[in-house]
Amino acid sequence: MKFNIIFNHEECKGCELCIPWCKFELISFDKSRLNKKGVHPAMIAHPEKCVGCGNCALMCPDAIITIEKTEEDRSQGKEG
Amino acid sequence: MSVLYGKPESLNDVPFTFCPGCTHGLTLKLVASVIDEMDMGDDTISVGCVGCGGYMPWFMNVDTIFSLHGRAPANATGVKRMNPDKLVFTYQGDGDLASIGTAEIIHAAHRGEKFTTIFVNNTTYGMTGGQMAPTTLIGQKTTTSPYGRDAGLCGQPLHICELLSTIDGAKYIERVAVDSPVSVRKAKKAIRKAFECQMAGAGFSLIEILSTCPTNWGMSPLESLERIRTEMIPAYPLGVFKDWEEGDK
Repeated sequence: MKFNIIFNHEECKGCELCIPWCKFELISFDKSRLNKKGVHPAMIAHPEKCVGCGNCALMCPDAIITIEKTEEDRSQGKEG
Repeated sequence: MSVLYGKPESLNDVPFTFCPGCTHGLTLKLVASVIDEMDMGDDTISVGCVGCGGYMPWFMNVDTIFSLHGRAPANATGVKRMNPDKLVFTYQGDGDLASIGTAEIIHAAHRGEKFTTIFVNNTTYGMTGGQMAPTTLIGQKTTTSPYGRDAGLCGQPLHICELLSTIDGAKYIERVAVDSPVSVRKAKKAIRKAFECQMAGAGFSLIEILSTCPTNWGMSPLESLERIRTEMIPAYPLGVFKDWEEGDK
């Protein structure tokens, strides 16, 4: 994986502001669980497809999304 | 491993208590990330005010002084005059700045006080339950204008950026929105420029941010962003009303 996408699921309020900006439609609500606020938290279905544009993290009004660039990607970038 | 996006260091590690989808959180995040980028976390003094924006001191990891309703510019004047090397900003909503605090903001700009105001305009009094504000749009239904705002009875919406841009002491005035990632990035640049304008000692700077209040508008957060595009931006055109470049005095 090039990027680690970390969702702080317990603090998600389910506002949907992270969802429509992903060009690959990777983010959706996790309908299988409820967090402590009683909402289905946002999750990323296929993190390996993420290109790290950061639109979801930028638009999240509660700052629950963290995007990290992995070392693996750096070495690939140097080679390629 | 490097963090590309995350919670800025200038925000406390506590969850925001704003309503779901409220863009106050987004705006505070932008302000905090600009403070981080400028490495001014230890040299920033914020001035809080009444309204939902008044929650700011709980979430920002910077020194804060809290002021009376609408009087943040008066407090910020004193703070900045005593601490001219600090980054001083006020964080005010439209019910606070454009209504009860109109005198303070106009005269702070008039005196050319060297601080920055972050003005969050969501066209309603959010905290007290969605009453009509001076910035409420014509036809907008609120709890005190249940048939929609009537221009004959309540006047036209107050355009703060246009008003302040006629004042000489105001050096940088811009209106931005937070309705999409592109707009949010522009808003961040505007906040950065306003802070740089202040630290260069040029004069007063104000950034108006067209914001949402999904709870009191009775809309979903995404519909609220759509309303910024379709209703607010036509009434409150975006842009720079007074420009400042590095080197200007």
